[in-house]
Amino acid sequence: MTLLHWATISPFLLAILIPFLYKYLRSIHTGWFVLILPVVLFIYFINFLPITSNGDVVKEVVPWVPSLGINFTVYVDGLSLLFLLLITGIGALVVLYSIYYLSKKTEKLNNFYVYLLMFMGAMLGVVLSDNLIVLYVFWEVTSLASSLLISYWFHREKSTYGAQKSMLITVMGGLSMLGGFCLVYVMAGTFSIRELIANVDLLTGSTLFIPAMLLILLGAFTKSAQFPFHIWLPDAMEAPTPVSAYLHSATMVKAGIYLVARLTPVFGGVPEWFWILSGFGIITLFWGSLSAVRQKDLKAILAFSTISQLGLIMCLLGLGSASMYFGMGEDYFTLAILAAVFHLINHATFKGSLFMTAGIIDHETGTRDIRRLGGLMTIMPVTFTVSLIGIASMAGLPPFNGFLSKEMFFTGVLRASELSIFSMETWGLLFPILAWIASIFTFVYCMIMFFKTFTGKFQPEKLEVDHVHEAPIGMLISPIVLGSLVVVFGFFPNILAYTLIQPAMAAILPSLLPDGEVFHVDIYHWHGFNAELFMTFGVIIFGTVIYLLMKKWTKLSIYMRERDPLNWFYDNGVSGTISGSQAITRIQMTGLLRDYFAYMTVFIILLCGYTMIKYDAFAIETTNLSGIDPFMWVLTLVFIAATVSIPFIHHRMTIVIVVGVLGFLLALLFVVFRAPDLALTQLLVETVTVVLFMLAFYHLPDLRKEKFTPRFNIVNLLIALGVGGLVTAIAFSSFALGSEANLPTIAEFFIENSKELAGGYNMVNVILVDFRGLDTLLEVLVLGIAALGVIALVKLRMTGREDV
Amino acid sequence: MEILMSITVGVLFTVGTYMILTKSMLRVIIGLILLSHGAHLLLLTMAGLQRGTPPLLSLGSEAYADPLPQALILTAIVISFGVTSFLLVLAYRTYKEHKTDDLDQLRGSADE
Repeated sequence: MTLLHWATISPFLLAILIPFLYKYLRSIHTGWFVLILPVVLFIYFINFLPITSNGDVVKEVVPWVPSLGINFTVYVDGLSLLFLLLITGIGALVVLYSIYYLSKKTEKLNNFYVYLLMFMGAMLGVVLSDNLIVLYVFWEVTSLASSLLISYWFHREKSTYGAQKSMLITVMGGLSMLGGFCLVYVMAGTFSIRELIANVDLLTGSTLFIPAMLLILLGAFTKSAQFPFHIWLPDAMEAPTPVSAYLHSATMVKAGIYLVARLTPVFGGVPEWFWILSGFGIITLFWGSLSAVRQKDLKAILAFSTISQLGLIMCLLGLGSASMYFGMGEDYFTLAILAAVFHLINHATFKGSLFMTAGIIDHETGTRDIRRLGGLMTIMPVTFTVSLIGIASMAGLPPFNGFLSKEMFFTGVLRASELSIFSMETWGLLFPILAWIASIFTFVYCMIMFFKTFTGKFQPEKLEVDHVHEAPIGMLISPIVLGSLVVVFGFFPNILAYTLIQPAMAAILPSLLPDGEVFHVDIYHWHGFNAELFMTFGVIIFGTVIYLLMKKWTKLSIYMRERDPLNWFYDNGVSGTISGSQAITRIQMTGLLRDYFAYMTVFIILLCGYTMIKYDAFAIETTNLSGIDPFMWVLTLVFIAATVSIPFIHHRMTIVIVVGVLGFLLALLFVVFRAPDLALTQLLVETVTVVLFMLAFYHLPDLRKEKFTPRFNIVNLLIALGVGGLVTAIAFSSFALGSEANLPTIAEFFIENSKELAGGYNMVNVILVDFRGLDTLLEVLVLGIAALGVIALVKLRMTGREDV
Repeated sequence: MEILMSITVGVLFTVGTYMILTKSMLRVIIGLILLSHGAHLLLLTMAGLQRGTPPLLSLGSEAYADPLPQALILTAIVISFGVTSFLLVLAYRTYKEHKTDDLDQLRGSADE
């Protein structure tokens, strides 16, 4: 265990301590203890910056299940470090924010911080793991922790609904991802991502390549809320706001992005990867921005905005993978990767701050509904300023960082439309058009958020809080820090260039980089009068026009309906599955023993019958048979006649007599077949059974004529005939095939040794008590148990206790 | 002879199965008895029916009937007797408690 490993699991260790700290140090808000850890981790990970910016990596191995190739391998390169800093940095700010957001008196802080630390540790594990299985384990812990956090206020129905939904969707994706990892292991024989990248040619030739890719992408898409799996994210907004800010904007939803970026060196470079990523990415971008416009809840707007921005990043990663196909010559595709990484950072900063300001507004006014808010500009000046910065950045306005990544995104889609591969000449034009429309709607919802919240008339009568005022300073620190980062990255983007962005790009596209060289990263505000700039002008103009016409289109029914129509599929899918399985159970589990017996026998008949037909197993012996004496015909016919008559008897004495006759005839058969001991036992047992029957029948009612429908009788008869026919056929075949095999019986041993070894003349008895005495011992035990059971049944009376 | 016995066994199984599929508890028990008769007879048949004298060494014969299946059947008879007697008493008790021997009326509720 190296320091890196301890750093990965340190949140879990602290999570164990939290309940004690909460219980015994009630006077201090538990969050202060938690705050120490992400700060320390952030400072620790900062120390890796010089290493990764030199292009070096850190790799430490701790064996876990070495026999299966599963090792807890941590691996730090530019991409991991970028995520590590995001997780710990924003984690620290979120914890600080939550200290002021969650009340010490009314909230169950121990639960909250245990879940949050669990999530933080799992997220660190996801981005640090080099081993796919370990990554999967941490991945599922993030799903679990996320669900726990969403249902933090578990007495609210909407919280549990959202938690269940996110759990079902992300775990479905997680499981398919595990399947993809297993396929990768089948192809390459390793779970290590490093070794996979080194042996890519093992995978690309395989037929399992595309299935593995699809399964892994399903995992990444569900986690990162890509279309059509985005529906869980808006419902996850029932979580406390620090959770929404941390999990559902900055970290967890980027786990899918991380996975895609991490596996780009493995799967990138094929058209399918390019098409799926950029296609679904652009659809998500478009759909998310379109849906965000319709929302009336601040957090719901932000949720759809997150979906849309994640689609943008995913699309850029897809476009950038084209550079794997072309190689280094066409370096403007690496620009798409650059834009993706840059926007990843930007989005984490401005979206985190926006969630926090939305939380502040909620906290201070008691509502997040934009129809009830308004005129908060002068009342909450600090919140207003931070929100303005975040919203402007999200809308892609200069001079904030969102503008820079938006410009680079436009460059990416414009270049992509000029591609001549992957049949882009027909569909490529859709990319810039969809991206442009999506940007217009992004601008519109940013304006709605801003103007509806902060301008207009202040409406205190619609608010439940008496006195609305600015938030306490502690709550404002985190959004202010994030807002400043937005400004700093906006004005001086190049401080990130060679410290964070270039190493991350080198990790995403390692094969493109000759030894000792680095990607060229330059981010400028001013590119001259090019197409991208005019697209931005268009966005601003059209966005403003649409916003000004808002009164007209808010009447449309599509605007009135807030919920995503895709929820219909989820809700009906879940309820349909439940009612469907209930219906199947109702049909099949009738509660009648007779039906279950029929299922079993029909199954046996079909299985054995099919096997016999399939392998042509029916055989009948004609030569090696023993002769039939004339009296045997009579005996057998009487036996069969007695058997067949039993179902037709309705008088109880008659049926007892016939069953008795049958038993005695069987004893007679045993005599004929030279089994004196059997005959003796059978006689005795039959006598006792008949006596028992008489005793039991004395107390039971007479046998009524069975009132089945005729059809039912026929089904019963068919089943019975099937069983009988099957037994006869198997008896024929096994006798014939058994005598064909000509194996010697072990009877010779008993005949030779009964006298010598056991000193007895009666071979059957010698076998029972000497050669195979254990059978007899246990058979005696069976009789004893039966006797005790009978006594218990007759004697014990547990009345008055119905359900024992 | 083996073919005739196999058919007899088939008849025993047919009637036994048919009895188990009926409603009355006692018919079900009788069906079980028939099934065990069938199984015993099948065991004996499959070992071959033509060979020699009863398996008693004192007879001093050249060929004996196979003693092993006989020992197996003897064990099986005793066990099935134990089970049958237990079932009979169980049926008796069930009738005393629930006043019915109709299996359709003895079904549990939907959620059991």
